[in-house]
Amino acid sequence: MDTRTADELQVSQPKTSWMEFIKSHFRDYGMLLSLLVIMLFFQVVTNGTLLRPLNLTNLVLQNSYIVIMALGMLLVIVAGHIDLSVGSIVGFVGGLAAMMMVRWGFDPVTTTIACLIVGGLIGAAQGYWVAYFKVPSFIVTLAGMLVFKGLTLALLGGMSVGPFPVVFQRLSSGFIPDVFGGEGFNYTALFLGTASVAAIIYFSFRSRSNQLKHAVETAPFGLFLFKNGLLAVLVIAFCYLMATYRGLPNVLVIMAVLIALYAFVTNRTTVGRRIYALGGNEKAAKLSGIKTERLTFLTFVNMGVLAGLAGLIFAARLNTATPKAGLGFELDVIAAVFIGGASATGGVGKVTGAVIGAFVMGVMNNGMSILGIGIDYQQVIKGLVLLAAVSLDVYNRKK
Amino acid sequence: MNAILEMRGITKTFPGVKALDNVNITVKAGEIHALVGENGAGKSTLMKVLSGVYPHGSYSGSIVYEGEERRFKGIADSESLGIIIIHQELALVPLLSIAENIFLGNEQAKYGVIDWSLAYSRTKELLKVVGLNESPDTLVTNLGVGKQQLVEIAKALSKKVKLLILDEPTASLNEKDSDALLNLLLQFKAQGISSILISHKLNEISKVADAITVLRDGGTVETLDCRAQAVSEDRIIRGMVGRTMEDRYPRREPKIGEIILQVENWSAYHPIHTHVQVVKNINLNIRRGEIVGIAGLMGAGRTEFAMSLFGRSYGQNISGRVMLHGKPIDVSTVEKAVANRIAYATEDRKTYGLVLAEDVRKNVTLANLEGVSKRFVIDEIQELAVANDYRAKMRIRSPNVFQETVNLSGGNQQKVVLSKWLFSDPEILILDEPTRGIDVGAKYEIYTIINRLADAGKGVLMISSEMPELLGMCDRIYVMNEGALIAEFDIAEASQEKIMHAIVKSGRR
Repeated sequence: MDTRTADELQVSQPKTSWMEFIKSHFRDYGMLLSLLVIMLFFQVVTNGTLLRPLNLTNLVLQNSYIVIMALGMLLVIVAGHIDLSVGSIVGFVGGLAAMMMVRWGFDPVTTTIACLIVGGLIGAAQGYWVAYFKVPSFIVTLAGMLVFKGLTLALLGGMSVGPFPVVFQRLSSGFIPDVFGGEGFNYTALFLGTASVAAIIYFSFRSRSNQLKHAVETAPFGLFLFKNGLLAVLVIAFCYLMATYRGLPNVLVIMAVLIALYAFVTNRTTVGRRIYALGGNEKAAKLSGIKTERLTFLTFVNMGVLAGLAGLIFAARLNTATPKAGLGFELDVIAAVFIGGASATGGVGKVTGAVIGAFVMGVMNNGMSILGIGIDYQQVIKGLVLLAAVSLDVYNRKK
Repeated sequence: MNAILEMRGITKTFPGVKALDNVNITVKAGEIHALVGENGAGKSTLMKVLSGVYPHGSYSGSIVYEGEERRFKGIADSESLGIIIIHQELALVPLLSIAENIFLGNEQAKYGVIDWSLAYSRTKELLKVVGLNESPDTLVTNLGVGKQQLVEIAKALSKKVKLLILDEPTASLNEKDSDALLNLLLQFKAQGISSILISHKLNEISKVADAITVLRDGGTVETLDCRAQAVSEDRIIRGMVGRTMEDRYPRREPKIGEIILQVENWSAYHPIHTHVQVVKNINLNIRRGEIVGIAGLMGAGRTEFAMSLFGRSYGQNISGRVMLHGKPIDVSTVEKAVANRIAYATEDRKTYGLVLAEDVRKNVTLANLEGVSKRFVIDEIQELAVANDYRAKMRIRSPNVFQETVNLSGGNQQKVVLSKWLFSDPEILILDEPTRGIDVGAKYEIYTIINRLADAGKGVLMISSEMPELLGMCDRIYVMNEGALIAEFDIAEASQEKIMHAIVKSGRR
């Protein structure tokens, strides 16, 4: 390695001040900041109800399936496509799970595995047309939306089917048991929270020292400490609150693991990098030896599996499968990804952005419900927030 | 002779950059005035000031046109006075007809109802003037680039043009079409229409220009008068780069070894019109350390041949054999071609070469991500080291490797594309128009890189429409016409005349 290059780089990168750094990374921090502001706002106007342990638990349970689908939708949108069918897949897979367990007598484990496979197959069926036949994804998944909405009705015979075995319900309503046997306080929750904070801080210090060694542009040290400190306080405070109630919901752990996994895949793996290249310039990606068709196909398969998982979680939460389950979910999921800063033309978007976007929507839903705002005006406000967030993003990018 | 246009002391600043610094240019009525300068010298900015894209008030200095000072607020203002600009990237709607395009925004209409027979008859007249023999209702998408250029000019004529500005009009034209276009300019001159011609092709400029204004780094260097005496290309280059170019092509002592790549009976058919054979039975070879050129006119099938060879990226029903070191290899997908150490750097870097929204680093490693990753995980530090290495070796001018490639100049973008392919460690590099749209200084750097590759023992196949470039760089030149190789010259015996002669002869058959 030429040593000159590192020197040259250092020369070309004078120390950045806090303000400059925040300005140049406004898009990264802006989202998180607006989520915090929205949370603060609702915390105040609901007289502290928003962050009560019970409500916080509800917030997680209500939004888990949206967040999980947003992970898959992010990849689809980054690849330059869209999937309108996820709401219908949620309904269909939930219905299938209900029929398998309640009517056909399968056990929950077999059912879960089968349903995830079915979700993947649905994704594959749609991805096949998009990737290999070049039918626009909007059309294919619009068709899928109608087909699976209809199939859900047919499968359930227009009726609600439930209840489910207790084991299956735990998927949504269960909590991580306390191994320390605390009474009224779940030490495991606090322990897991602290452990994950320690892990996050360890990894961010390691990558920072690596970056410094190689003269990559880094955040000013003060800001770096502040960011990690804030994150640590937030996570531990959150876990503390959860611990005073019933501990960490199973769903939360599934969600956290998936978020970490997808963040890693998009940032650090060759597959992730290739999806961004595919969405950024499909022709150039193809001429660089990337199997663009197969990659597109796989993003839809992935979306199908995650929509299937979301379907299971949603059904378990309601403890019944209804023909109307999943109605309109696709809109919340797509909105979350775009609020999170993804570009409608593909190639741009982050997992963290999509997750924050999902929680922006979730907190607003929850907060407005507590305030007693009707479903009518809730929709109006959510629509306006989506428009505002994306126009702000477009405006920022033009500058 | 009176001046039709005088731009005095034009200064235009963008945040942090002075794009134009006290530029003066005087265009006399009825002359062809050439504007030359390296990329980034300020030519396009100057023309945007003139046409009103940058409105009065956003620059300092004055524009005097037809004897009066003008303050254009937008393109509409300048167009109404007969100043028409034709941009390098043509602004035609592909799925509309010639007539519809010519009168777009200027429809031949009464009370909003278009008089089609009038539009068609006027279109026919205009097409006759520019020498384009096509029906007015032909869709623009069905025309070649050269003919589209003529439609643009016809469109300008329909607006009663007095000062025609052409930005790189011949960049994507073959020599025949270029000549026709230049003759058209001369014909307009005879009719009293003045023009400003922006071009990198200095031979064309010395052919038609009456005066040449040279810009460098946003300032006027000089105005050369060609009427008094002919101005040599070297003289113009000296003004552009601020130094004399001893040699436009870096020297190299070829060390040519054994045959690396051999292509036998390669054929390919058009992807849509299945019966049209675009690549006809090509046989060629490339040796170690050799730079082999493919000369030919635009549309001769050179790019199509290269892309069909590189992972069947063009065409269908492809047949033929490719041998590397005497053994047949599979090049049926890009991945396999790359694995067999063949690389293809495209002629169209924005569409096929780069992911523009991503930074230099990610573009450099795109074709060989395995080279910077373990299993499926990218080693970011190693990736950064690779990117920095290429940035230094190839002299990519960017603040750092985190610069998005959309912000780089053409020459630097080309260096990123070359870096990407070099990092895939090829033995055979196919370079398609490697210096298209790049300024003189950057061209020299690209040539140096190509020579270095050949010296390192790689085989280079270079496709270029600029014959002097092929003659200056290659060891051997194949000539292609209408999909077939029609001649092969050793560099010692090759000349522009011989190549043209071969093309003309094969066309007659």
